[in-house]
Amino acid sequence: MGLFSNISPFVESGIFEMGASIIIQLKGVEKTLGGQPVLRGVDLGIPKGDITTIIGPSGEGKSVLLKHMIGLMRPDRGQVLVDGVNIAQIHDRELNEIRKKFSMLFQSAALFDSMNVFDNVAFPLREKRLVSKSDIQRYVPEMLVRVGLGEMGHKFPAELSGGMKKRAGLARALVMGPEIILFDEPTTGLDPLMAHTIHDLILAMHKTFGFTAIMVSHEIPKIFPISDWVAMLKNGKILAMEGSAEFQRLSDPLVHEFISVPGSMAAS
Amino acid sequence: MSIIQGIGARVIAQIQEMGAMVLFLLRSFGWLFRPPFRLFQITKQMHFVGYKSTFVVILTALFTGMVLALQGYYSLRKFGSEGLLGSAVALSMIRELGPVLAALMVTARAGSAMTAEIGIMRITEQIDALETMAINSLQYLITPKMVASLISLPLLVALFDVVGIGGGYLVGVKLLGISGGSYWSSIESAVEWKDVYGGILKSISFGLIISWVCCYKGYFTKMSAEGLGKATTESVVLASVLILVWDYFLTSVLL
Repeated sequence: MGLFSNISPFVESGIFEMGASIIIQLKGVEKTLGGQPVLRGVDLGIPKGDITTIIGPSGEGKSVLLKHMIGLMRPDRGQVLVDGVNIAQIHDRELNEIRKKFSMLFQSAALFDSMNVFDNVAFPLREKRLVSKSDIQRYVPEMLVRVGLGEMGHKFPAELSGGMKKRAGLARALVMGPEIILFDEPTTGLDPLMAHTIHDLILAMHKTFGFTAIMVSHEIPKIFPISDWVAMLKNGKILAMEGSAEFQRLSDPLVHEFISVPGSMAAS
Repeated sequence: MSIIQGIGARVIAQIQEMGAMVLFLLRSFGWLFRPPFRLFQITKQMHFVGYKSTFVVILTALFTGMVLALQGYYSLRKFGSEGLLGSAVALSMIRELGPVLAALMVTARAGSAMTAEIGIMRITEQIDALETMAINSLQYLITPKMVASLISLPLLVALFDVVGIGGGYLVGVKLLGISGGSYWSSIESAVEWKDVYGGILKSISFGLIISWVCCYKGYFTKMSAEGLGKATTESVVLASVLILVWDYFLTSVLL
């Protein structure tokens, strides 16, 4: 029970019986932005190798929470432990070493608009100089094919649809073979069919590469089939974290109200 | 909140911003001496700040030199000193107008573009994307722009001076009929090395001011289209004012 016993009463059931280890742990994380408290003591553990989805109402600080995990924001109080290292209090140089474990798919995909898709995907490889030029020429097209953008390497971000941008962003996130990928609302702004396609793609890539995925999403109930774990952020704290199936059966009224939207799996 | 509290809060905010600006400058320069050395980025920025500003600089310099010669000719004629026109044009250009006007033109053309480019990268999370790839955004984005501005400004100012003096020659010699020999010889006898040196020093410091202010405003832009517009306006106004203020202090030291 140990690590999770202080998170919420809901989490005692699952994770440790399944033998999952914790790759990221947040302890008492607090953050105030513009005088407004956003995170008010978040305790959360992210199991290694699984897909964990963080849900919650808009404006609750889910993206802020995600940015704390990769050190884009530092907490006012509390600890963010990545493989046991508290990244809230380390020097930028050490933080960059930790960040090599990560990739992130941003809400807007955050592709570099001065580069075409190929160069966007090749960018981290070129910057880190881990592979030769010929390997980049071989590896990047392979990655683009995997995400369904085989013929789009020459296009610039402005020429792509929202779904294509997300795919290109996913290819860029995958190309360095990260241990952990953060997904910040990966399907926002996409039509339901494309959202479904992106979810399927994330699941397929997760099965292929075995990374730890942490996803922030509003897509209820679509996130349940692809998530191993679901956590809910409410009033600046983690209200509940459970296995995907167990989460849908929770009796907490706030959780129930949030996930029981018409047509949702939980409701049905 | 009382009026005094309000004033105090604004003063503290201004001091904090000044501190943040100085830290931004020091950190950006600190990254210049750490690998990877981004020569390609520096060259690319020199092309943007320097080469692409040449047309506007030439145009401004030409007409500035021409109008200086026109005004100077009629003023000097009152004292029968038309022969000193060349030195009047050259000294005005090399000491003051070249560095200041070239810097103001570069601020308007390249400085505003720097703020907008970096600001858009901030708003669309491209800067965050760089950081998540363990790439220092200051080193990748800001340091090359600063180095490029420091190198490009003196070259643009030199071009401005030459074209301006040429513009003065066109009006003074070809249009108003003073002797070409006296135009060039008055320049040769009046312009000293310290005038040229002062102009170069000014242009380097203006290059620093432009890149520093414009990059800072873009890097810390508010996350909205309105915020970006405001940042771009602020960067041009602040950089232009700082150029004029710094020019006064530097001139008083150099004279």
